[in-house]
Parts: sequence; C-alpha cells; structure tokens
Amino acid sequence: MSASTSTVLYDAPGPRARARYRAFGLLSVLGIAGLLWYAYDSLAGAGQFTAAMWDPFQYTAVQQRIVDGLLNTLTAFGLAAGFSLVLGALLAAGRLSDHRPVRAVATAIVQFFRAMPLLIMIFALYHSVFTTSPLWALVTGLTLYNGAVQAEIIRSGVNAVPRGQGEAAYALGMRKTQVLFTILVPQAVRSMLPTIIGQLVVTLKDTSLGFLITYTELLYAGKLIASNTSTPAGYPYIPVTIVMSVIYIGMCLALTALAKWIEARGRRGANRRTTVAA
Amino acid sequence: MGILFEDGNFALFRAGFLQTVGLSALSALLALLIGTLLAAFRVSPVPALRAFGTVWVNVFRNTPLTLLFFAVAFGLPRLDVHFSSFVFAVLALGLYTASFVCEVLRSGINTVPLGQAEAARSLGMNFGQTLGLIVLPQAARSVLGPMSSVFIALPRNSAVAGAFSVSELFSTQQTLTERGYNIFAIFFWLAAAYLFISTVVAVLFRLLENRLAVAR
Amino acid sequence: MRTRRTIAAAMSVVALTAVAACGKSGSPSDSAAGAGAPKLPTYQVKTDVKLDGSKAFAEAKKRGRLIIGAKSDQPFLGFEDLSAGSGASARSGFDIEIAKMVAADLGFGPDQIEWKTIVSANRENAISGGQIDYYVGTYTINPGRKAQVSFAGPYLVAGQDLLVSKDNKDITGPDSLKDKSVCTVTGSTSIQNIEKYGAKVTKYEAYSQCVDKLMTGEVDAVTTDDAILKGYAAKNPDKLKVVGKPFTQEPYGVGLAKDDSVLRNAIDDALKAHEDNGDWKKAYDATLGLSGAAAPAVPALDRY
Repeated sequence: MSASTSTVLYDAPGPRARARYRAFGLLSVLGIAGLLWYAYDSLAGAGQFTAAMWDPFQYTAVQQRIVDGLLNTLTAFGLAAGFSLVLGALLAAGRLSDHRPVRAVATAIVQFFRAMPLLIMIFALYHSVFTTSPLWALVTGLTLYNGAVQAEIIRSGVNAVPRGQGEAAYALGMRKTQVLFTILVPQAVRSMLPTIIGQLVVTLKDTSLGFLITYTELLYAGKLIASNTSTPAGYPYIPVTIVMSVIYIGMCLALTALAKWIEARGRRGANRRTTVAA
Repeated sequence: MGILFEDGNFALFRAGFLQTVGLSALSALLALLIGTLLAAFRVSPVPALRAFGTVWVNVFRNTPLTLLFFAVAFGLPRLDVHFSSFVFAVLALGLYTASFVCEVLRSGINTVPLGQAEAARSLGMNFGQTLGLIVLPQAARSVLGPMSSVFIALPRNSAVAGAFSVSELFSTQQTLTERGYNIFAIFFWLAAAYLFISTVVAVLFRLLENRLAVAR
Repeated sequence: MRTRRTIAAAMSVVALTAVAACGKSGSPSDSAAGAGAPKLPTYQVKTDVKLDGSKAFAEAKKRGRLIIGAKSDQPFLGFEDLSAGSGASARSGFDIEIAKMVAADLGFGPDQIEWKTIVSANRENAISGGQIDYYVGTYTINPGRKAQVSFAGPYLVAGQDLLVSKDNKDITGPDSLKDKSVCTVTGSTSIQNIEKYGAKVTKYEAYSQCVDKLMTGEVDAVTTDDAILKGYAAKNPDKLKVVGKPFTQEPYGVGLAKDDSVLRNAIDDALKAHEDNGDWKKAYDATLGLSGAAAPAVPALDRY
C-alpha cells in the first residue's frame, strides 16, 4: 500500500536524488539512533538498568502474578468483546429501523455512550451498581461504549451494501428482518470485519482502565510489582512499563495481524467472484 | 441534582471542566502537528523515515493510554525532563492521538486521485510541495469524517489524566464521590459536561465540512 | 505485511518467554532482622468461638476462613512481598500483625486468612459490599466514615507528617509548605488537611508513586500519616527523612460492617487482650519499630 502512494508523490529518483535520499536517510538514522542512545544512556545513568531494577521479574511468584493479570485482562476482554458485538448488532438494527421511536432511542443511546469517557462510566458503575465486582463494572462499561461504536460500524457497513442487494431480496418476497439479517448484515460484517477487529483492539487496550477500580488485570499487577520493589534508585516503574508495553503491543499486533489477514483473504475472495472494482 | 450548587462544588466542577477543555485543546493541537509530520514521514521517499513512522504508529496505537501516561509521568523525570503533571498529560495524550491522526491522514492521502500528484510533479514540484500544496489540502476534505471521530474521542480519553494528578473532570468525580454525594447525581452533571464538549467538537467539524464543501 | 506478522509473532514469543522462563522462587527480602532484631510474636488461636448475631462471622465460619482487607504497598505497615507468592507469609507489617492477632481471638489461624488488597478509595465499598470481613490498613476513624462503616479500636494513633529528601532544610513543618508541591494519595484525609497550608497538591494512586516523585524531585514533600512515611524513610535511609512534627491526630481503627456491633465488640476485646499481654508492643518493635521510632503509647479503645 505504501509502495503505491510513495511512487505517486515523488518521481522515481535519479542518481542525484538517490544520493540525496541516501544522505537524508543516513542523517535520520543517525538522528534517531542518537535519540535512542540518549534515552538509553540517561535511563542507565538513572540506574534503570541495574540488576536490582529487573530483579523482581526473575521470581516465579512475580511471573505468576503477571500471568494471572494477563488471564484477567483476557477474561475482561473476551466478555466485553462478545457482549459489545451483540449490543452493537442490536443497536445497529435499532438505528436502521423503520419505526421512528425505535430509531430515536437507539440513536440517543449510541450518541450518549460514544461521548462518555469510559473511565467515568466504569468509576460510576463500580461505586453504584457493581460495588463488589470490579470485573463486571469494567465489562459493563466496556460493553456499553464499544457496543455503541460497533453499532456505528455495522450500520455504516449495512449502508455501504449496494442497494440492489436489498431490493432484490425484497423482490423475492423476503421480510424486513429477513432482509436485514440474512442479506445485509452478513455482507456488512464481511466488509467491515477489519474495522470491527480494529475496535476490538481498542477494547483490549481499554481493559487496562480496570486497574483504577482495582480489577487485578495486567497493569494492576505491573503497578504492584513496581510499588513493592524498593531499590536505591527508586521504584522500577520504567522496567515495569517496558515489560507491560511489550506484552500489550504484542497482543494488539496479533489482533491487528488477524484483521489484516482477514482483509487480505476477503479481498481475494471478492476478486474471484466479481470483476467490478469498487 | 442540586449537589452542583452546594459547598463550593460548582467551583470544583468548573475548574475540572476548564482543565478538561484546556487539556483536550492543547493535546489536539500537538496531535495535529505531530500526526501530520508522521504522515509525511510515512509517505516520504526516505526509507529510514518511513520505518520510523511505521514503528512509532504501531507502538503508540497499540499501547494502552494508561501505560503511556505511566511512561511519561514516571519515565521523563528520569531523563531529567521536569514538567507539571498538566504538561505531562498533554504530551501523553498528544503523542497517543498523533498516531491516530497520522493513520487518518495517510488513508486520506491515498484517496486523492493519482492524477493530482502526477500533475503537480509534472509542474516540477518536489515532494514537500506536492504533499503540502496539492495532496494534503485535498485529503483534508475526505479525512474530515474520520478525523472528527478522533477528536471527539480525545476529550473522552483525557479522563485518564485524572489518575495522574490533573484536576480535570474525572478527578472532580473522584473528589465528589469521596465527599459522599450521590453517584448518579455526580454522573448526571459529568455526562452533561462531556456531551456538551463532544457536541461542540462535532458542530465545529460540521461547520468545517460545510466550508470546505463550498470551496470545492 | 509478512514481515509485520513475523514481528508480531516474535514479540508475543518474547513476551511469553520473558514470563515463563527461568524462575527463582523464594524471597529476596533483605530481612533487616539481624541476630538481635526483635522477633514477631505468635498468637494463640482460640477454639470454640461463638459470636451470635454477627453476619460476617457466621459467613466466615461457614467458609472456613476470614477475608481480611489490607494495604499491600506500605513497607513495615501493610506490605506484600510479591516474590514470596500470594500466601500468608508474603504479608508483613504492623497492620498485618494487628489483623492476625484479632483473627486468632476469633478462632482463625494465619493459614485460615485470605488477604485482599484494598486501596484507600475503595475501603467503604469493600466493607459495605461484604467483600471483606474486616479491614486493617491505616484506616483513620472519623465521623464521615462512621456514617458508612463502623470501627473497632483505635489500635494506634498516627499523625499526618511530611517526608522530604534528606538534605531539605526549607520544610520544617506544615507552616513552611506555602507554594511547595506536596504529593499524596487519592481518597485519603491528607488532602483536605494540607490544602489549608497553601501547598500545591499532587495526587496519585499509590504512596510509592509519590515517593518516586519525591526522589526524582518532582515534588518537594510527601504527606500522609507518619506511620506510613517512617516505613518509606526506613527503606531509603540515605535519601529520605520524616520531618517529625505530626500536625494531626489519626486514630487507626479496624473497619467493619456498619451494623455488626457483635463483631465490633469481639474485635475490641481481642485488641484489649493483646495490648495487655504485650503482643502489641512486640509486634510494633518487630515492624514499625525497626525504623528507629520508639513505640507510642497504646491508645484507649473507643467503644460505642
């Protein structure tokens, strides 16, 4: 994808331009390397790479905490992902309804939950309804917000399905619900799957807000490891942040890779069947 | 619902509201600047810059915002960078949002017809001119929709700053909850504030869209 | 794209091995306890304890263990050594000892206690929601909280104090705090007390975050109860010191469900018994006493 844009925005480089690009490239590599070195050097100077800072990660009990945290994160993510897709489908159906009141209610719900900060909702839910269960406060908050977003994604997918599809289905004598759920939604989900999975990545990342209501997920485990390891140079917030980032980025990239894979597969399938470019 | 007008709660709420607005506005500005720069990196002819842009976007888009706040608030002081927690919050939010802005811009650049860039190049424009004068202004129109979702999400995301010593609306919620007021009454006013902010952002984008549509 | 997928796979493998690979077990805890250091007391577990009318006690009896809420990040007070696993032996500190001596008098040994870490802001919720049977963790008794939960004790009177870096000579007490930045924790009483003195307040989720900010010079002082601060000062004796002029009185109590007066009286009795037989003093000397501070007077119980 980037290859096609890059050839559009600039000419194929001649010898002089190539030399210039190389010089630019070298300069920027040096600049970036210098920045990284500066960061590394100052962190090392501040004692962030001493054995004491990284020591806690060697203990099985600490590793167990991280694994437990990871499992709790995945539990919250799994529940929220499932519920938000169901809620999203329902709200999308509501927004596409022919009945005005239904449409108005669904629109209001979607707009409200899209505008509310997740953190504020989770906090309020935890202090009112789910006082004993941070997990359900987190899952409910995540479901409401992501459900509203998924609803918009599914709706725009349905709207993007060529009108002929729906008209043909009506012509066959199908009813509204049938048309929606057997003709339009399957095609919409197929075309919007990468976006839907992209939103699931957001859901996965947002589970980390659970640490503020003491849900013992990955970030909570990390925070506890950092605060309970006192070294002469302070607390290992940086080592913990590095380890946590690697885990989160790994998980999110895996999900993104899945989305890319599905997108590529979908495109291949579409090309096989139709020759018309969108 | 009357809790807002008791015991100086209104001053607290107003201060929180203004902090949320200020924080969102400043980080939006930062995100726009860095995001545009990153998008330019990602389509530039220099491979090192492209790689840098790609790594940056993938790292920042896939890190939870809370973790980024940790990195900024507890990491930068170790590099002898000392700012107030408000500036730290602007940095964290701005850097996070920049990666989304970059992706929106990049997909917008892809929607500009090839002929436009080709024509610009045949007039002898270089990469910077082609991108800055021809492609980005046209991309701006098609990216307004996705861009508005990014900037509507920004004030929402800014709530995380409340856990890192910025007295914005989440912090107001915490304080009022501590003081023992009814959770639902607090939530009502907060919801009103956030709905107001998101509506204003949406309306601004609508206006912008109309203007650019006329210019076409 | 293929490369990107490879990178993703490689990263997750790295993450997993980092977690799964090579593990030490046991605890590195630099047990400050030398040869002559004071030893923790052991408590005689009572049998056949009956408390009619206490819901929390009946439920604890049924499930065979007590669920006690505590702090986990306060050295020498309420601390959890993560490298030692999540068992009872990982918890240490003065509050933990108080919780254990009360549990023993209720008929529960150390291995019949399930510890739950509850942060300051969530204490009332956890107690009134029935998540825990009682809570011991720097829990100041005050009228506002008495409206939501009830308190046995007090078992210790702390006072709000200031933790500063060792070479700081400007800050001598609350009156010298004008325009200084002072860090404390969300949901604690310290915030309202310190704002009166014109300090700029910074709030984080954990005291260790504040201490970290103090060590990087982001804040001038950390404020909370002296008992907590002494633990941190003892952990970093070359860098930090406690000013030593407490300017409030913070009576620490054991928090429990609001209407459970039977359990409250039983806990008060347990505290009284262990204060009288010397366990209290021994527990203090072996925990907070290690920071060099002499044991304060045992406060009188406030039965109500």
